[in-house]
Amino acid sequence: MSIWISILEQGLIYGILALGVYITYKILDFPDLTVDGSFPLGAAVTATMIVKGVNPYLTIPVSFLVGALAGVCTGLIHVKCKVRDLLSGIIMMTALWTINLRLAGTANVPIFGEKSIFDNETMDGIFSGNFAQYKVLIIVFVIAVISKILLDLYMKTKSGFLLRAVGDNENLVTSLAKDQGNVKILGLAIANGLVALAGCIFCQEQRVFEISSGTGAIVIGLASVIIGTSLFRNLTFLKATTAVLIGSVIYKACVAAALKFCEPQDMKLITAVLFLIILIIGMERKKKVKKNA
Amino acid sequence: MLELKGISKYYNPGTINEMCLFDDFNLTVNRGDFVSVVGSNGSGKTSMLNILCGSIPIEAGQILMDGEDISRMKEYKRNRRIGRVYQNPALGTCPSMTILENMSLADNKGKTYGLSRGINKGRKEFYREQLKSLNLGLEDKMDVKVGSLSGGQRQAMALLMSTMTPIDFLILDEHTAALDPKTAEIIMELTDQIVKEKNLTTIMVTHNLRYAVEYGNRMLMMHQGKCILDKAGKEKEEITVDSILDLFNEISIECGN
Repeated sequence: MSIWISILEQGLIYGILALGVYITYKILDFPDLTVDGSFPLGAAVTATMIVKGVNPYLTIPVSFLVGALAGVCTGLIHVKCKVRDLLSGIIMMTALWTINLRLAGTANVPIFGEKSIFDNETMDGIFSGNFAQYKVLIIVFVIAVISKILLDLYMKTKSGFLLRAVGDNENLVTSLAKDQGNVKILGLAIANGLVALAGCIFCQEQRVFEISSGTGAIVIGLASVIIGTSLFRNLTFLKATTAVLIGSVIYKACVAAALKFCEPQDMKLITAVLFLIILIIGMERKKKVKKNA
Repeated sequence: MLELKGISKYYNPGTINEMCLFDDFNLTVNRGDFVSVVGSNGSGKTSMLNILCGSIPIEAGQILMDGEDISRMKEYKRNRRIGRVYQNPALGTCPSMTILENMSLADNKGKTYGLSRGINKGRKEFYREQLKSLNLGLEDKMDVKVGSLSGGQRQAMALLMSTMTPIDFLILDEHTAALDPKTAEIIMELTDQIVKEKNLTTIMVTHNLRYAVEYGNRMLMMHQGKCILDKAGKEKEEITVDSILDLFNEISIECGN
């Protein structure tokens, strides 16, 4: 039982990250590697705030904003300095490593025993007795669903339309007398805001900030997005954002299953192989569609 | 009024492949003019449009829009008053968005794209009427993704979308070239109707000599970065496809074709 709860918790937390990756990868068509830095950035900000005794619920909006700022930087490097998309992300990711270390002070900040969004009087009051084991899962679920709904609502606004248009046809955005660069920067900001939010939740769930927690985050995000969008392609009633969240849970389940038969140090290799398999399956589908068309 | 004054444009400047396209090129388009532009490949027709819209930089000269120098203005800013339809139907619409969403997007040009609802339900009837005027049955497919429409349907939508909000200038860059003859005819008639209705100052580049002769009140023929023919009003009406074709042949002989 507890393994399933753990998979769902992890899946939903990384699902928020996957929502961010969905914006850059699927909507903006921008392979954004900033994610590997902005995920621990959210965690670093959170750990620092919690150690200082700030209200843990404040960490949520603050992490989002700080993550968004990182996204804006990547966007500025790409749009204003005309650096290639992949390289802009790598530059920002590298820079963020130092920034995260500076923010947190050390590579490892434990926050055991401190108040967090999961551990405080109010939450302990609501989830008592038998319910206690579902506490983290329910809180994570609520945050993930709220993030998804807000993102869905945003995509239906005029600004959201423009964001969808810029990944689809940059030219049209220019024709509409709008600067496509600014729209891209906005998209990167929202995406990295969500990623940092995921980092914030992750840090409080693990009760520790770890500088290397972001390594490979982009792979997890991409895998979740690709699983979600290609698996549920034919279910039109299912929104892409929902599919991405489910995709993330499936991915975490796959990793957990693989780990059952392997040692923990095989983790990265499993991740890589799994990602490759997902990519190949995703491509297969694309080819079939083209042939039929 | 649109004016190009002393425009110089070089490709690959400073290299061994340097090529001068325009050297002191001048053109004035009066308000309400419908100019059709013909010319051989590489004569500078599309480059001229790109220079006007700001898609490519120029080495020297001035671009004036109603007397205001816009040479340094960014492309997207110029587009506030310019509508443009490209040869490639894919460039004027968003394939992954529905017809309704595309129309709403275009309807908001010139305003802020904020956090209000993307689709204004009150305008839906208006979009339906606009689509109905195309006679392509698109009004019943409002929730269909534009990516699944044919090239002709998409081009018709692109034309509609680029002229939906109040603009002053319409730039048509071989906008019928990728369409079959029947669809091209429909799009061309639609273009003429919209231009007259909205009294747009229009520049249309085309390879179809008949369209160039039939439509518009002024005609330019370009060759190697120069206007070699510029007829307006009465003189333009007297032009026939044959007389243009003769001129075309002369140019080609010069080039050694």
